[in-house]
Amino acid sequence: MLQTENLTFAYAGNAPLYFPDIVCAAGEHALLLGQSGSGKTTLLHLLGGLLTPTGGSIRVGNTEISKLSGAAADRFRGQNIGIIFQKAHFVKSLNVEENLLLAQNLAGEKTDKSRIKELLTRLNVGHKIKAKTTALSQGEQQRVAIARALVNRPQIILADEPTSALDDANTEEVIQLLEEQARAVSATLLVVTHDGRLKDRFANRILLTDLTEKQ
Amino acid sequence: MNNFYLSWKNIFAKPLSALLTLVLFALGVGLISLLILLQNQLQSQFDKNLAGIDLVVGAKGSKLQLILGSMYHVDAPTGNISIEEARPFLRPGHPFIENSVPLSLGDSHRGYRIIGTQENILGLYGAEIAEGKLWQEVMEVTLGAGVARDLDLRLGDRFKSSHGLIEDDNLIHEDSKDFRVVGILQPTGSVLDQLILTRTESIWEVHDGHAHDEEGEHDHADHDHGKHEHDDHDHGDHDHAAHVHTDSLPAAKTEVPLWENEGKSITSLLLQFKGKGFQTLNLGRQIDENTDMIAASPAIELNRLYANMGVGIDGLTYLAYLIIFVSVLSIFISLYSSLKDRKYELALLRTMGASRGRVFGLILTEGLILAFLGCLVGLLLSHVGMNILAGYMKESYRYTFTGMTFLQEEWWLVIGAPILGLVAAFIPAVQASRTDISETLGES
Repeated sequence: MLQTENLTFAYAGNAPLYFPDIVCAAGEHALLLGQSGSGKTTLLHLLGGLLTPTGGSIRVGNTEISKLSGAAADRFRGQNIGIIFQKAHFVKSLNVEENLLLAQNLAGEKTDKSRIKELLTRLNVGHKIKAKTTALSQGEQQRVAIARALVNRPQIILADEPTSALDDANTEEVIQLLEEQARAVSATLLVVTHDGRLKDRFANRILLTDLTEKQ
Repeated sequence: MNNFYLSWKNIFAKPLSALLTLVLFALGVGLISLLILLQNQLQSQFDKNLAGIDLVVGAKGSKLQLILGSMYHVDAPTGNISIEEARPFLRPGHPFIENSVPLSLGDSHRGYRIIGTQENILGLYGAEIAEGKLWQEVMEVTLGAGVARDLDLRLGDRFKSSHGLIEDDNLIHEDSKDFRVVGILQPTGSVLDQLILTRTESIWEVHDGHAHDEEGEHDHADHDHGKHEHDDHDHGDHDHAAHVHTDSLPAAKTEVPLWENEGKSITSLLLQFKGKGFQTLNLGRQIDENTDMIAASPAIELNRLYANMGVGIDGLTYLAYLIIFVSVLSIFISLYSSLKDRKYELALLRTMGASRGRVFGLILTEGLILAFLGCLVGLLLSHVGMNILAGYMKESYRYTFTGMTFLQEEWWLVIGAPILGLVAAFIPAVQASRTDISETLGES
């Protein structure tokens, strides 16, 4: 499960941002809605442990991640948090399989090729396993990115605008895949978006409005 | 999926840039290694052929040339000296001289020098007969091991000598008698392996057989400076009748001790002293001052040569260091500038769980791989280059060099190169480990 309390963050020289408290049960799927510039990405980076909050706490399972430091935070992130970015990025010198192997290795997990093959097949990109990531279509790239986020069976999957570049049909498909796959590993799924098309799919919706005022 | 694999992939994802860096590094390392190989083998060749010779006596000219021509057989002789002049040093019983070896140079067979000498030359190089026997009669030759091997000559083979020290069919002494192979020496690892040995009288036989009108000023050694200016001296047109070609020389002639000949000349004398006393030091100076000959000390001349060679080698070494410096710079620049393109990838690695240390190590590994590979390629280049060079040297100097050896000094290159790689990669690695994940991801 994921829980934040009185989370604040301030960029250097700027007024602090106050985030609403979030509570997501294990395996629950939630939507974080907000306009561009509303602090969505900042929140996602805080939740992912990519930024350290100025105040408040973030708990993932039993771990207070805002208190982890250095390599421990890196390892925890690699093992427990899968992040899918708006635009899929890969290590260009490696092929699809190697990118996933790298994700396992960086998280300190044992590399498991059969897991990778199975995951890619389930996401309909099994035939691209040896392909260069630059040779993939955008849809395929997004699927491989999802596979990478899932490969270590994380507790939490954070998706940052996963559909903003996709048409309706693909949006539907990607969201479906995300939900399916999150369920398959019993992960908490948090989708951060300004995409109104997704609003009705999630029961748990958190709205980000003016964050400069204390909630 | 360890750092090594990832670094390797990253390096060769940009093959051209990697190639440039590798080539630069390889050039620097290769040049240094080649210089080490050359200097080392040159010195060991020089040292091996010192053969305990204390003084070389020859015609007036350059002392270094005298040494190179008579001891190393790479340069032309300085000229000839008459038996009369050489007599005191040639005749046994000189108070300081232990051993005195006369040399007569000027002719060759297919590029290999024919040396008129005496059997005490074998003692200098510790040579022994492998096959057949030592030369005894005029026109009998005993071959150095290398000559026999390279020219595929066997006992009983005959050949005519060629005037001068370079291979040239036009200069063959067509009208003189054949040389006959009567023996082959065991390999000594010295210059002797590349020589064809015969009695001094054989050389006289070939040359004095010519009834040249200009014999007076026709000094053989003067012909040996690489150019063949004696077009007027056409061997083919000689009137054969004019030659004193008796098939059986008068036996008495061969039994005259060498030093008792009159009106004959040799090229030089190799002297070994009984002790290295004060008088022996003076002997060289006395020869220089009181005779028409010069006396050169191999030790002194070689030191002078090394000193001169050293200037050139130092210059090239500095150049090599400069190239290595540029290549280190090139590793630094290529890594540093690649960081900008790879910033997002590095941030990605961090989100996937890579620690700062891991990213730092990744970039360091890239520097390490580039430098190490560059060093390996460089060593390969220098050794292959040395082998090619050895081929040329063998052709023109009859000396054997090789690239198939690994010297101790070269280990310093193998150790030093990775260190340079680490130094070059250090700043980019620090920079990479400081990548701000959130900010970098937010930029795209």
